[in-house]
Amino acid sequence: MNSAEFLLWVRGPGLNIAMAIFIIGMLIRLLEIFMLGRKRNLAELRGNGVSAGLRTIFTRSAPPDKNSLRRSIFTYVAGYSFHIGLLVVIFLLTPHIQLLQSLLGFAWPALPTPVVDLFTVIAMISLMALLWRRLTHPVVRYLSTSQDYLIWAATFLPLLTGYMSYHHLWFPYSWLLGVHILTAEFLLILFPFTRLTHAFTLIISRWYTGMMAGEKGVAS
Amino acid sequence: MSKATLQRGVQILKEQIDAPTAAYFSSCVHCGMCAEACLFYTETGDPAYTPINKLEPMRRLWEQEYTLVGRIKKLIGLSQPITDEELGEWSDLVYHACSLCGRCSMVCPVGNDISYMIRNIREGISAAGHAPEGLIGATTRAVEIGSPMGITLHALQTQARNIKESSGLEIPFDQEGVDYLVLLSSMEVINFPEYLEAIARIFKQAGKSWTISSEAFEATNSGIQIGTSDIARELVSRVVEAAEKFKVNTVISPECGHAYTAIRWDGPNLMGRRFPFRVKHIIEVLDELRAEGLLKVEGIEDSCMTFHDPCQLVRKGGVIEQPRNLLNMVATNFVEMEDHGAMNWCCGAGGGVSAIEEAADIRLKAFNRKKSQLDQLQVDTLVTACANCRIQLEEGLEENDMEIPVVGLTEMLADHLVEDQP
Repeated sequence: MNSAEFLLWVRGPGLNIAMAIFIIGMLIRLLEIFMLGRKRNLAELRGNGVSAGLRTIFTRSAPPDKNSLRRSIFTYVAGYSFHIGLLVVIFLLTPHIQLLQSLLGFAWPALPTPVVDLFTVIAMISLMALLWRRLTHPVVRYLSTSQDYLIWAATFLPLLTGYMSYHHLWFPYSWLLGVHILTAEFLLILFPFTRLTHAFTLIISRWYTGMMAGEKGVAS
Repeated sequence: MSKATLQRGVQILKEQIDAPTAAYFSSCVHCGMCAEACLFYTETGDPAYTPINKLEPMRRLWEQEYTLVGRIKKLIGLSQPITDEELGEWSDLVYHACSLCGRCSMVCPVGNDISYMIRNIREGISAAGHAPEGLIGATTRAVEIGSPMGITLHALQTQARNIKESSGLEIPFDQEGVDYLVLLSSMEVINFPEYLEAIARIFKQAGKSWTISSEAFEATNSGIQIGTSDIARELVSRVVEAAEKFKVNTVISPECGHAYTAIRWDGPNLMGRRFPFRVKHIIEVLDELRAEGLLKVEGIEDSCMTFHDPCQLVRKGGVIEQPRNLLNMVATNFVEMEDHGAMNWCCGAGGGVSAIEEAADIRLKAFNRKKSQLDQLQVDTLVTACANCRIQLEEGLEENDMEIPVVGLTEMLADHLVEDQP
C-alpha cells in the first residue's frame, strides 16, 4: 500500500466504519441509560426541576465557589485549557469544517490556521499536565485504570499527528495526514465504549442532578 | 426482611440502578475533584475515601448488567463478579466514611450526584448482610421499640411530666384536629430535653395548637441511614398514620437533619403516594412564625456566634436563610464560617456515622475540618439546628480542648421569648 492508497482508504471506508461505530455505539449507550428510567417523585415540590436542570447543564461548567476552585485549581486550569483547546481544534480548523460540512451540509467560519495551531499546543501541553497529575497525585493515581491511560493516548495522538502534519515534521506529509485521520478514527471507535462518553452523558448527568435539586429547592 | 445473602445484595443493588446512576457512571472521568470536597478524604488523606470510589462495586454491576460491552465481557468471562468480601470491605467506606453530606455532589464537574448513589449502594450492602452492627441495632430498636436509641413512650411521658411540674406547660399527646404534629428525635429526648419545653413555650405564645403522637413520636429513620427501604417505609408509615388520624395540616420534623429528608423527600416516595399534609422542619416553621409576627423575642445576645449548617438542611433541604433570619432576631454579633450554607462542611457524624461504634476514630478525625473552620473565627457560641450534629460538635470540641458551648437554635429563641402578660 502506498501513501495515496492509504489516504484514500482512511478518508473513505475507514471514516465510514469509524463514523458508523461511533454513531450506532453512542445511540446504544444513550438508549441503555434512558431505558433504565427513574421513579416518579411524589414529594411536594418546592421549585421547578426543569428550569434548574437546564440551568445546571451550563452552570456546572464553573466551580461552585471560590474555595472549591482553590482546592482543585490544577484540575480546573488544565481541564479548561485542554477542553477549550481541543474544541477549537476540532470545530474551528478549516479542513475539519470542510469535513463536517460534507457530513452535515452546512459550514461555519474557521479561525486562521496558525491560531488553531496555538490551541493545539495548548491542548497538548494541558493533556500532558493532566497525565502527569494522573501519574503522581495520590487520589487520581488511585482512581485511574488502564482505560484512563488508553483514552488519554487516544486523545493525544490525533492532536500530535495533526500538529506534525501541519508542520511537516519528520515524515512525508501524505503519510502523516493518513495517520492523523486514522488516529481520529480510532478515537471515534473507542468513544462509545469508554469514559469518553462523558462528552455527551455529562449533559444527562447535570440535567438529572439539577432537576432533582431544583424540585427540592436546593442549590446544584 | 429476607435473609441477607450476597445474591440478595446483588439483586437489590441491581434494582437501585436507574437512568441517573447510569448517566453518572458514564460521565465520571476519574478527575478526583470529589475527594477535595469530602471531609473524610481531606482529614485523612486516604485516597480510598474518594467519594466516587465508594461506588466501585455498584459501577461494576452497572457495567456488567446494563451496558453492551459489559455484558459481552461477562459472557466471555472477562469481568470480575462482585464478591461477598468486597461488599464487606466497601461497607466501611460507605457507612463509616460517608455521612451522606452531599458536598461531593456539588463539585463534580460532570454533575454526578454521588451522594444519591451512596444512599442507594447502602441498600445493596445492607441486603447482603454487611451493614454495621451499630446501625443494625439502631434499626432493630426503631422497629421494635419505636426509637433507635430505645426511648420508650414512658420515658417521654416522664419528661413531659417534668416539664409540666417545672414550668406549668402542658405537653399535649394524641390530640385531634390541631395545627401541628410534632416529632422528636431520640437524641433530643435523651440529651436535650430543653427542646420540648422550648417548642411548648413558642407555640403557646404563637397561639398554635399541636400534639405529639404516643404511637409515632420518633422522627429519625434508621431505615434511611442503613439503606433498607422496607424498614424506612414502615417507620415513615407510622408518622403518616398518626398525622392522618389526628388530621393535622403540618408535620414538624425536629432539629435533626436526616429525619427531615426522610419524611419530607423520601417519605412520599417510600409510601408510593402524596401526603395530605405538609412536612416542615422546625426551623422553617419558626421562620414562618417570625414572618407572621407571631414570634416575639426580647433581649440581644452580644457574644460572638456562628451557625453550623446541618448538611441535610442546606444541601438536601434548602433551608438556608431561615436559621439566619431567626438568629439575627436575637444576636448582634453573628459571623459566618468560611464555607457555609450550601457549601458547609459536615460535622462528621451524619448519615448514621454516629451510630457506628467502629467509626468513632474516623468521625473525630473528620471533625478536624470543623475545628479548622472554627479556629479561624474564635466564636463564643456555636449554634446549630440538629441534635446529631450537636452531639458530635460537643464531643469534637471536648476532644480538642475547645471551650465553645453548642446551642440549639430553637432553645435559644425560646430563651428570648417575650413572656405573655396574664
